[in-house]
Amino acid sequence: MTDKMDTTTRLERLRERYMNGDLDRRGFLGLIGAAGLAYGVHTPFARHALAANVSQVRFDGWGGVVSEAFREYAFDPYTKQTGIEVVDGTFGGGDEYLSRVKASQTGEYNIAHLSGVFDYARYHNLGLSSELNEANIPNLKYVIPKLVDVFRAVTDGKLSCVPYDYGTTGIAYNRKHISDDEMKEKGAKILIDERLKDKISGWGDWRTRIWFGALQTGQDPNNASDMDAIWDAIRAHRDLSLKYWGSGAELMSLLAEEEIYVTEGWSGRIYALQEQGHDIGYMDPPNGYGWQECLFVIKGSPMEPCEELLNFMLAPETSIAVAEGQNYPPALDPQKVDLGDKIPTLPAFDPTGKLAGLTFADPQYWNSNEADWSKTFGRVQKGY
Amino acid sequence: MSVEAREARQPWILLSPALTAVGLLLFVPLIFIVVYSFWLRTASGADQVGFFLDNWQEALTDRFYRDILLSTLRIAAITTLVCALMGYPAAYFIARSRGNKAILLLLLMLPFWISYIIRTMSWINILGVSGALNTALMWTGLISEPIQMLYNEPTVILGLVHFLLPFMILNVYVSLDGIDQTLEEAATSLGANRWEAFLQVTLPLSLPGLAAGGLLCFVLGAGTYITPLVLGGPSDAMFANLVFEAIITQLNWPLGSALSLMLLAVLGLLVAIYNRYLGMAQLMKGLG
Repeated sequence: MTDKMDTTTRLERLRERYMNGDLDRRGFLGLIGAAGLAYGVHTPFARHALAANVSQVRFDGWGGVVSEAFREYAFDPYTKQTGIEVVDGTFGGGDEYLSRVKASQTGEYNIAHLSGVFDYARYHNLGLSSELNEANIPNLKYVIPKLVDVFRAVTDGKLSCVPYDYGTTGIAYNRKHISDDEMKEKGAKILIDERLKDKISGWGDWRTRIWFGALQTGQDPNNASDMDAIWDAIRAHRDLSLKYWGSGAELMSLLAEEEIYVTEGWSGRIYALQEQGHDIGYMDPPNGYGWQECLFVIKGSPMEPCEELLNFMLAPETSIAVAEGQNYPPALDPQKVDLGDKIPTLPAFDPTGKLAGLTFADPQYWNSNEADWSKTFGRVQKGY
Repeated sequence: MSVEAREARQPWILLSPALTAVGLLLFVPLIFIVVYSFWLRTASGADQVGFFLDNWQEALTDRFYRDILLSTLRIAAITTLVCALMGYPAAYFIARSRGNKAILLLLLMLPFWISYIIRTMSWINILGVSGALNTALMWTGLISEPIQMLYNEPTVILGLVHFLLPFMILNVYVSLDGIDQTLEEAATSLGANRWEAFLQVTLPLSLPGLAAGGLLCFVLGAGTYITPLVLGGPSDAMFANLVFEAIITQLNWPLGSALSLMLLAVLGLLVAIYNRYLGMAQLMKGLG
């Protein structure tokens, strides 16, 4: 049997011949060039062949403490057991990541920590969903059924992801300037209160803005009838706002530095501010924005290794460690798994596992209006 | 092969790596962008391949894009003017200083060692409600409540000036450094005072450097999107932010391509006008 020589070994031998004087400079450079050309031409096709013999899986997430928890409790034990390395990448937002995946070659990206069912539906509509073999993910049995069912509804009963955590986008307010009673009285309308002009902020995300615009105009966020009224509410909020924030870090900085007194915010981030000792209140108004995150396997990925990794990530010890790190409750059903002491104290946590109190975005409704609303919001945001 | 033929080929051989890089990294992607601008984004987010003029029609006829483009050009022009007013004296000082010129030039280059984004974000710690300036003003008793200084158009211009000022200073410095100082002395010996000598001799001779710095500041300023994102308020977006939103947020690559080509065309036109009247040689000196 002949051992195959890999590219690195071949180039190293070539270099050795050149250094020994067995090869002149012109010949050496010519062979290097030919090797580069051959590698460039064959690599896109070889990727598929190499996929059969998987040595690594790529995971992309939000970075920070979440990645650290994944690394310690899932990736390292997984590599130890399977020999497959997990390459850990990060992204700043779901839209940015989708652009990267769209521009990539099949199989380049494997698993992503996506937010919202509508993102799941967007990936599916773009032909980027895969089909998981659930028999390879036994830990899926610990997950809250309601969280699984909404994904199944999008992909005809199959799954391309496993639910991982959930949270809310509620209203965060500085208690030095806004009392709990005032918040209860005004609810989402506090974000268009003229008294707080230039001390208000909000996420520059069209879905969130429309959701809260619906709440401010007394409409159902998943079935609004008067969009003009919602755009007017968004304009009112824009004119009173100091700025729109674009990341969790910016949200925390604006609140902690008291640049703003009130904004909508992500429950886990606000909990982190409270843990740091800031006197920040958090309230989910009626019909507040609930969401869930999932671990999505992108089409073209090596399925079995990915399924095995998902099983590692869904293991209660991993899920609980990640949840405690990022301050969002895990997708595990509290009726089936003991979630420890901290998780029951997190905002949005539902001890029943039914999640009846949370309103999730209807993916069909939001995605069918995405092109129009995201574009309109881009204009309204800039003063139109 | 004759010596002449070999000599004629040599520049092309030497240039071939650079030309290959420019071709592959600039012209090929540009062709992709041109092609993309004629496609359409479907409701699902997928692109519809074909030859459609919809994106161009929208980009060229929609008042929204025209207004933001004009606003972007206005902000870039104000930034350039401020850079010229602040940069010229600094460049003059460096060019006329003796002994410590190298240190001053090194200090001028220092900001480039720090990321542009970090430099931009540093203004939040300086101008924020609990930033250094407000804290100092309150400590001295000049104000009792912090002043809201951030997230408006002036702070966007401030951030751009902070980013672009070194480019202006370098270009003006290169121009001033090449002026024979005895010309000013000749003017004063003929009866002009120092101010008149500067106005009638030094300033006209340094104008090409000022124009080159102005062009660089304007083009770089008009194409930025980080500064308005970090230091701007809800309505302070610039044209590059529209490109970013079309491509990243709305996943509308075809429209984003048309918008980016539109910005490229406007800035390219300015460079062409500059080249027509002043030539690119001065710009190359400044960049070198």
